[in-house]
Formats: sequence, C-alpha cells, structure tokens
Amino acid sequence: MDIAQFQAYGYFILIAILVLALYGYIYHLYTVRKDSDGHDYEEYSNMALNDDITDTPVSELSKENKK
Amino acid sequence: MENRPLEYDYTVAKMFMLTTIVLGIVGMLVGVILAFELAFPSINTILGSGLAEYTNFSRLRPLHTDAVIFGFTLSGIFSTWYYVGQRVLKVSMAESGLLMFLGKLHFWLYLVGVAAVVVSLLAGVTTSKEYAEFEWPIDIAIVVVWVIFGMSIFGLIGIRREKSLYISVWYYIATFLGIAMLYLFNNMEIPTILGTSAAGESGIGAWYHSVSMYAGTNDALVEWWYGHNAVAFGFTVPIVAMIYYFLPKESGQAIYSYKLSLLSFWGLMFLYLWAGGHHLLYSTVPDWMQTMGSIFSIILILPSWGSAINMLLTMKGEWQQVAASPLIKFMVLGSTFYMFSTLEGPIQAIKSVNAIAHFTDWIVGHVHDGVLGWVGFMIMAALFHMAPRVFKREIYSKSLMASQFWIQTVGVVLYFTSMWIAGITQGMMWRAHDEFGNLAYSFIDTVTVLHPYYAIRGVGGLLYLTGFLMFAYNMYKTMSARPVEESELQSASPMGA
Repeated sequence: MDIAQFQAYGYFILIAILVLALYGYIYHLYTVRKDSDGHDYEEYSNMALNDDITDTPVSELSKENKK
Repeated sequence: MENRPLEYDYTVAKMFMLTTIVLGIVGMLVGVILAFELAFPSINTILGSGLAEYTNFSRLRPLHTDAVIFGFTLSGIFSTWYYVGQRVLKVSMAESGLLMFLGKLHFWLYLVGVAAVVVSLLAGVTTSKEYAEFEWPIDIAIVVVWVIFGMSIFGLIGIRREKSLYISVWYYIATFLGIAMLYLFNNMEIPTILGTSAAGESGIGAWYHSVSMYAGTNDALVEWWYGHNAVAFGFTVPIVAMIYYFLPKESGQAIYSYKLSLLSFWGLMFLYLWAGGHHLLYSTVPDWMQTMGSIFSIILILPSWGSAINMLLTMKGEWQQVAASPLIKFMVLGSTFYMFSTLEGPIQAIKSVNAIAHFTDWIVGHVHDGVLGWVGFMIMAALFHMAPRVFKREIYSKSLMASQFWIQTVGVVLYFTSMWIAGITQGMMWRAHDEFGNLAYSFIDTVTVLHPYYAIRGVGGLLYLTGFLMFAYNMYKTMSARPVEESELQSASPMGA
C-alpha cells in the first residue's frame, strides 16, 4: 500500500467517524429533553430574551463555582 | 462611583457601527459604478485616460468585493459581537480594563488595515488571488487584528456569568476559528525578494510582492476551499449568529426550537468545509473531488434550511409583527433570502446545471441575492435594533425605514432576476453550435444581447445603494432623536414616526 492509498483509506475512515458522531448527536438530541446539567434545552432561548445584566442567568456560573 | 449600577459598555460596538456604515457606502457605491461600467464601458475612462488606471473595472473590482466583505460585513460582525457577546454572557466590558483595551486596539488596528487595503488595491498592488488580494505585510496585520478579536471573544467568555454559551456565541466562535484557519492556509506565500529563480537570480521584485506557496491545480483547490468557506464563515455563520439573537429579541419570541438550532449548527460545521470543490467543476482537479463538492453542496440545504425555518417558525402566531414592524420585515425577508440562496447554490453545484451556469452572470446573481437580501438586510436590521439601546434614543423614523425596505427589496429583485436571465442566456449561447459542431455565436454576440440586463442590474444596485444611504441617514438622526427609558427597550425597538 503506497502513501496515496493509505491517505485515501484514512480520509474515508475520518468521514465515516464524523458521520457517526454527527448522527449520534442528532439521535441524542432527539431522545433527550434535558441536558446533563438538568436544563430543558428550550430554556436556553431565555439567554437572549432575558439578557439584561441584572437578569438571572439560566445557569449561573458563580453559583456553580461556589458548590 | 461605588453605587453606580453595572451597565453594558457599548463603546467598541459603536465604533464598529460607524465603520459598518461608512465601508458599506464605499463598497456599495463602487459596486454600482462597476455595474454601470459593465453596461456602459465608456464609464471606465470617465475621469479621462490619464486616470483610467484608477477608474477601470479591473482596478475597482477587488475594492468592491473586499470593501463589502472585509469592510462592511466584518465591521457588522465585530459590532454585533461587542453588543450580543456581552448581553448573552451577562458580563459588561466595563468590568475588565484589559478587554476594553483589547476591544479598542482591535478597532484602531482594523482601521489601519482597512486604510492599507484601500491604498494598496487602488495602487494596483495585489496577489491576484480572488478575495485574498492583500500582499504579505497586510496579511500579517490582518492576522494580528484577528488574534485580538479572538482574545476579545474568549476573554469575554472567560469572565461570563452565564454558564452555557448561547447559540449565537457558538456561531461567533465558529466564525473566528473558521476564518483563522482559512486565511492562514490560503495566504501561505513567499515574498519574491527572498526567492531565487531557476536562472539563479535573487532579490526579485518589490519588497511587498509575494507568490503563493501552492502551484497550479493545488493553488486553485486551496483558493476555492478558502473562497467558498469565506462565504460560509463570513456571510453565513456570523449572520446566522445575528439572526438567532436579534429576531427573538426584537419580536419577544423564544426560538422555535433551540434543539434545532444546535443540530443545524453542527450540521453546517460538518458539511460546509467540503463544498468548495463545486467552484472547480469541469476543471483539472480530480473528478472524485468535484463530485464530492457537488454532493456536500446539495446536502448543505438541510442545515441551512434548518436555521432559516427555525427563524420563520419563531414568528409562529406573531405574523402581525411582520406587518407592523419594518425591522422585523428586514429579518424575515433576510431569512427568506437565505433559504432562497441556499437552495439556488446547491442547484448550481449540480454538474449538469453547472455546465450552463459556470462563469456566467447567474453566479453573480446568486452571490448578490445572498449578500444583498440576507447579509445586508440582517446587518442593517441588527444595527437598527442596537441603535436605540446603545444611544438610548428611539429610531429616528419608522416610515423612512419602511420606504428603505421596499426600495431595497425592489433593488434586490431587479438585480437577481436580470442576472438569472443574463446568465442562462450567456450559458446557452456559449454552448450553442451548428450541426458540424461550430460555435453558433461569437463572444460579442452575447455582449450585445446582455446589454439591457446589465443596465437593469445597475439600476437594481443603485436602488439598494439609495436604501443604504437612507439607512445611514436614519442611523445618524437616531443619535439626536427622542431619548427613551430603559423600560421601552425590552423587546420591540422604539421608533419615531
């Protein structure tokens, strides 16, 4: 096997892995409602709607650190 | 001082708003001049043959493309980043002296870069690579500006209060990373002064000249990997970032499906980088690469429409807002033009369609329904939304904005319809032949036939420029319009009559 063939196989395998990762992620999004932090994905829209500096964050970073 | 409540600091956002407007006027004005030069060639020497060097089509063309891409659009991206970034991360730039310094440095170095680009392009100093015309000293300056932009993004993310990154922030990060990678690889070049020719000469050419590190087909491949993804990470990704923030905010509606926004984001990231090969169909690049470019271009419809439909559905049950607010009109039509051009692009990337479309005006039409209808509309809408918040004043005139919307929409429609007809006519005429295989038409035959469409395109461009000047005037007058209270800025922007 010369280098060009080796590259071609490597390239194909890379695409296959990326496709699997993408479809895996799509399936994951399709099957779960909340992310690993326990937030409903749709809650994150509020990050734009309630974006004054005094508004409460959807998930506050400083609280996270204090734990 | 102690008791002053914390506020978002829009100093840098305002600076970039100014360059968005000024460079938009420059880029679009040059575009209109170019359109009329194509329709009426005598305009090429309008200032006399002595100055023809500076007024002819070929000298001005890169100035048009680079002013609208790297001037108007990039400024719009920077300006909205310094606005949206703070708000969705819930952190003010006033909280960090370093970030404030970096933001201002970003602006001033960018301005130096812009000046260098304008002067060098007008002087005819160019690498002659499309959308990458800048010579190596300017390339280095641009890399520095970009690194500072990255430091601003990640610096702000570093001190954020909101743990999760809003979808727009992901898109801004992708813009930063995507363009950094593309720009570096495509602009790999060697100053000629450092090289030695085959005959043994050294120190060739002016100190600022360079040659690409790639040759022949490889150079073309890298160039179009860059060129097409400049569209991806300059005209698509950051503009999607804007609409995901500004449309929900202005309409007061949550994104129709946040999950769909995540899915479309990763889909777009996965697919876009492979599609550039469609610029090289029927060329000397390997056949499998051309086919891959076509296939990835066609699948790209999915994530593109995912975002566009998500935006249109965000307006579900709230369509009266589209009728009532010219600002929402800009965004909804922008999203529609995004759907339209992301359907048109894949169609053009099909090999058999490309056989007619390649090198014709249809391609120019495609680019412009995307940039005028989607990029331009969205950036103007973003600035309109930002203006009352950064100036604490209502938008000067709603009716002026509505008139601008219709004038520009007619302009875009004239532009792309004329280019469709011109492009397909051109494509058909170039390939027409008689029974013996002799070409049926000479080049000048096509030029004669296309003249009226070129004139219509010029008028379309002129209408769009007129609308843009109305936008600039409206923004200027907003700075001294009626002051507004914080409570008026929750969602729909306050507008004067």
